[in-house]
Amino acid sequence: MRKIILLLFATLIMNFGFRQNNSIMEKVDKNMSSKNRIIEATMTINGKRNSRTITCKAWSEGTKKSFTEYLSPASEKGTKMLKLEKQLWIYSPSTDRTIEISGNMVRQSVMGSDMSYEDMMDDRKMTELYTEKMLGKEIVDGRNTIVVQLTAKVEDIAYFSQKMWVDEERFVPLKQELYAKSGQLLKRLEYKDVRNVQGRWFPYIFMYKDVLKDGKGTEFKMTNILFDQTIPTFMFTKAALKQ
Amino acid sequence: MIKFLFKGLLHDKSRSLLPVIVVSIGVFLTVVLYCWLNGIMGEGIVMSANFTTGHVKVMTRAYAKDASQMPNDLAILDVTKLSLELKTNYPEMDWVKRIRFGALIDFPDSNGETRAQGPVTGWSVDLYSPASKEKNRLNIEQSIVSGKIPTKPGEALITNDFAVKFKINIGDKFTLLGTTMDGSMALKNFIVSGTVSFGVLALDRGAIIIDISDAQSALSMNDAASEILGFFADGQINHDKASNIVKNFNAKYAISKDEYAPQMLTLKEQEGMAELVGYVDAMGSIMVFIFVLAMSVVLWNAGLIGSLRRYNEFGVRLALGENKSHIYLTLIYEGILIGLVGSFVGTVLGLTASFIMQNVGLNIGGMMQGSTLMMPKVVRAIVTPTAYYIGLIPGLFAMVLGSALAGIGIYKRNTAQLFKELEV
Repeated sequence: MRKIILLLFATLIMNFGFRQNNSIMEKVDKNMSSKNRIIEATMTINGKRNSRTITCKAWSEGTKKSFTEYLSPASEKGTKMLKLEKQLWIYSPSTDRTIEISGNMVRQSVMGSDMSYEDMMDDRKMTELYTEKMLGKEIVDGRNTIVVQLTAKVEDIAYFSQKMWVDEERFVPLKQELYAKSGQLLKRLEYKDVRNVQGRWFPYIFMYKDVLKDGKGTEFKMTNILFDQTIPTFMFTKAALKQ
Repeated sequence: MIKFLFKGLLHDKSRSLLPVIVVSIGVFLTVVLYCWLNGIMGEGIVMSANFTTGHVKVMTRAYAKDASQMPNDLAILDVTKLSLELKTNYPEMDWVKRIRFGALIDFPDSNGETRAQGPVTGWSVDLYSPASKEKNRLNIEQSIVSGKIPTKPGEALITNDFAVKFKINIGDKFTLLGTTMDGSMALKNFIVSGTVSFGVLALDRGAIIIDISDAQSALSMNDAASEILGFFADGQINHDKASNIVKNFNAKYAISKDEYAPQMLTLKEQEGMAELVGYVDAMGSIMVFIFVLAMSVVLWNAGLIGSLRRYNEFGVRLALGENKSHIYLTLIYEGILIGLVGSFVGTVLGLTASFIMQNVGLNIGGMMQGSTLMMPKVVRAIVTPTAYYIGLIPGLFAMVLGSALAGIGIYKRNTAQLFKELEV
């Protein structure tokens, strides 16, 4: 009898602990995603030989639909990208062609940045993709963070494991490391300038570094973020690419 | 004496026919294999030089480390200035800019959706300048299957195999999807002006040829190029001269630690070429040596048998007072005569076969599926001036060596025993 009570008690504790760990990623997912959002941003690509800055505006609905238009420099102006579920199209005004990015092309970098099209396309929530384990706590940029180890629970995934430093109070990731199955570190992300926007905490600066590439990485800087706006349905259609 | 010996050989076919046949076969094989090897390997080297390595090549140091990946983000900048410098300092060479790249080409249907898409290797060369030899170097005009060479921006040649596979016609528009020098996606529209077939599987599988100005525009490589190739004006590869030019050029940048400083390499210094060139150079010698060895053994054996048969003859000659050395010398002279005759016959037959192989060739395309070697599908022998006399080396040498070895027995004859032997 005593053994049964102890076993039940242990199970309760484990469930409580699991739910508590799971709730970290659930809170992160909840914070980082929204019904929809409109973002204006600059992307500074610090390449091996030079740096260049691209400005863009992106509309997204949940995690399945997004439309991005590149506004400058002149060579990129008018280039548009549309993501719908698992499909990604790019429109180039110089060729007046809409081409689906698939196969090996998804591993190419976006505009020469450290982010790949594959990175852009994975729209599933962290809780759907990874199991998590709390490793401890650390201080990052003066903020208390919970360090979480994420291991993939699905096969079709770009990064087999991740390590994430989550702001303990705001449930915003401040640092992320993405690993291959072999354990090789592939990408490193840092999130800075976290602000409260319409009741949610959101980092205004992402630093994205492909560890396997030379160069100093890519910096995304949000100039404007709006959540839960009215976005016309037409925006997420292929016809909108040529408008 | 030579005339006497020659008459003797003609009259006594039993001691000349077999050696002549053996020498002829050996020389025939030597000549044919030499021409054949020259054809395969030589053509492979020339093709590699024309398409990929040049007689010398200039790249940035960073590009050179991964040249096979065609990393255009590490390309030569201010290439016009560097080209001028090369032309001024090394006027004995023809310097050409090239951009090579990997890309996808996408053919639209009537709705603008993808109809066909496939990977290609891009070759961009100077097609428009009247003085440019690039069209000849890449054998473009002779390789045209349909249509014509691009004459204006926005036109491109694609390989015929690719066009047939994806049902592409002359005049079809397509979009090139590549990577700019900055690493972003490059998209540019082209029109198919013609199709080519180079007869090299690695190329014909999927390649596109455009003018270098189009590539610079498409890949955002303004005043940049992947590489600058140098070719000797007479078209012949001179490894020693090339080495001197390379040493001289690289010395100017020796102090610089800049990973984007230009670096020049000879053909041999480029990936895999040293082994190929060395192999071709060595193969001729190795083949000759093998045939000399093999034929010597056979002829030594034939000589021994001949000596046994001529035992009495030598005995009589010794008994008549002829010097052992003189008899030995006559054997050597006979060997030389047989060697000359055999070499002549073998060379004539070998050259005949080689000329046929030079014109007809052998299609090895079926054996090269999936290969990335720069080798033509139809390999041919090449008859060079050397082929006219290379047979003499094994032909003469083997016969003389065989006779020399076989004739050693003469010195072991005991003249005191001669008359006793002759009683047998």
